[in-house]
Amino acid sequence: MAVLVYIENPKGKIKKTGYEVACYGAQVAKSLGTDCIGLLIGKTENAGAVGEYGPSKVIHINADQEVEFDSQSFTKVITDVANEHKANIIILAHSANGKALTGRLAVRMNAGNVSGANSLPDTSGGFVVNKSVYSGKAIVRYNITAENKVISVMGNTLKPQAISTAVSPETRTAPLAATNTKVIERKISEGVVPLPEAEIVVSAGRGMKGPENWGIIEDLAAALGATTACSRPVADSDWRPHHEHVGQTGIAIRPNLYIAAGISGAIQHLAGVNNSKVIVVINKDPEAPFFKAADYGVVGDLFEVVPKLTAAIKKFKH
Amino acid sequence: MNLLVCISKTPDTTSRISFRPNEKEYNTDGVSFIMNPYDEWYALVKALEITEKNGGNVTVINVGPASNDIIIRKALAIGATDAVRVNLENPDAYTTSANIAAHAKNKSYDIIFTGKETIDFNGSEVGAMVAEMLDLPFISYASALEVNGNTSKITRDIEGGVEVCQVEGPYVLSASKGLAEQRIPNMKGIMMAKTKPLTVLDPISENARVTIEKFILPPGKSGVKLINPDDMDELVRLLHEEAKVI
Repeated sequence: MAVLVYIENPKGKIKKTGYEVACYGAQVAKSLGTDCIGLLIGKTENAGAVGEYGPSKVIHINADQEVEFDSQSFTKVITDVANEHKANIIILAHSANGKALTGRLAVRMNAGNVSGANSLPDTSGGFVVNKSVYSGKAIVRYNITAENKVISVMGNTLKPQAISTAVSPETRTAPLAATNTKVIERKISEGVVPLPEAEIVVSAGRGMKGPENWGIIEDLAAALGATTACSRPVADSDWRPHHEHVGQTGIAIRPNLYIAAGISGAIQHLAGVNNSKVIVVINKDPEAPFFKAADYGVVGDLFEVVPKLTAAIKKFKH
Repeated sequence: MNLLVCISKTPDTTSRISFRPNEKEYNTDGVSFIMNPYDEWYALVKALEITEKNGGNVTVINVGPASNDIIIRKALAIGATDAVRVNLENPDAYTTSANIAAHAKNKSYDIIFTGKETIDFNGSEVGAMVAEMLDLPFISYASALEVNGNTSKITRDIEGGVEVCQVEGPYVLSASKGLAEQRIPNMKGIMMAKTKPLTVLDPISENARVTIEKFILPPGKSGVKLINPDDMDELVRLLHEEAKVI
């Protein structure tokens, strides 16, 4: 028995969610009295740092090559390592690539799986993991009864903490199975924390009146070290890029702090953000439904309130 | 081209969510059900666009009880050629996938479509599972697709942007927003749907790998604390000292 953690490394760098799942896997292993092994595929800076977050061993496959993600070939590599080390639990991030892998891994391992877990397992009477369902309107407690288990973990489920020391990765080469898929292009906003990983998100909606007014939102986000997001009508009108759209048809996020300016809070929007730890709503309409889902509310004109908030944040941080 | 679209039945987005006293089952009383929007708006419509251009058939498949025929007829009304329903009550993702894969195994579908997730369990599992069961490539969260003969160029959503990939031969794809535009069935489509073939298959069974221990409703917000719009220092103080998020 062992716990295997697959750690993503886009462009050769370990993401925050990578450290989160390393911590998660190490804590699961500890509660079961077994070992946690970290697994990386392809060229990665400072792969051994994974050990600082708990895994006692790190396996680094094809460390000298840049490897493009493909769910089919990665599934084979990950399950081969799991079988070799008799790992019956695989942990990974519930990210874009994680979502493409988790179901495949479950099938190949003949495992019970929970995709998008947001708690550590309760092993007192089974192996029970929580997951948000019905677009955040309920939580289900799943008991994974199968011997083999695959869990993809939502971002920000736990805070990654360095608790140990770096380890020297065991490097090896493994041929990735040839598949019929190849990546030909990637377009990503540079230098921005991706929304699913962001701890603070500043979001705005139709109340902004037009894309030319977004400067105040970007200023607030910069002051907070936050990532910007938007509501559906804003993305649909091309005021902001599609990947910033949070909500039912966009992406679901769970930051520690979600600040929404000029968003009324339609149920479809709430579905994507209601797992945020703290919600601040700024809206000039006191009847905006979003206030019912908010922790803090400011009834006022966002064009006045947002710059004042930015100034207050700057003063606080100074 | 022969395309398969997996469709699922989900509670309407605006449904009130509650559970039976055993806490293990969703309370369906007074709930209206719909075809999962990602399946209907994006997966199904994109499949129809492809066959309208290249010729071929779009088959829809659902794993569920006879009460699901209502969404299957809707898919046929929107334009699917024929339908398959695997007769099974409340299957989990694994069982659903196993039944879809069992049907698709010898049918040589060119593309198998699913929605990116269902709006009830939000799992994103079925597409990946079907792909693994059939040993096919799987492209998740597709927001654009061009088919040229045996080659498909697919744009998929990833963190902070998109990735474009190319796939040769058959594959499984999950559809996200942008892949197509919603279509409303017209009267002719609704009439034609009544006579389109719907085959009901017996299910294959799978052992439960995961059981639902219980559903919980999240603790509600205790009520919004309103801050004077002229006192943003107070908001910052509360976010720091009370909420501890900055």
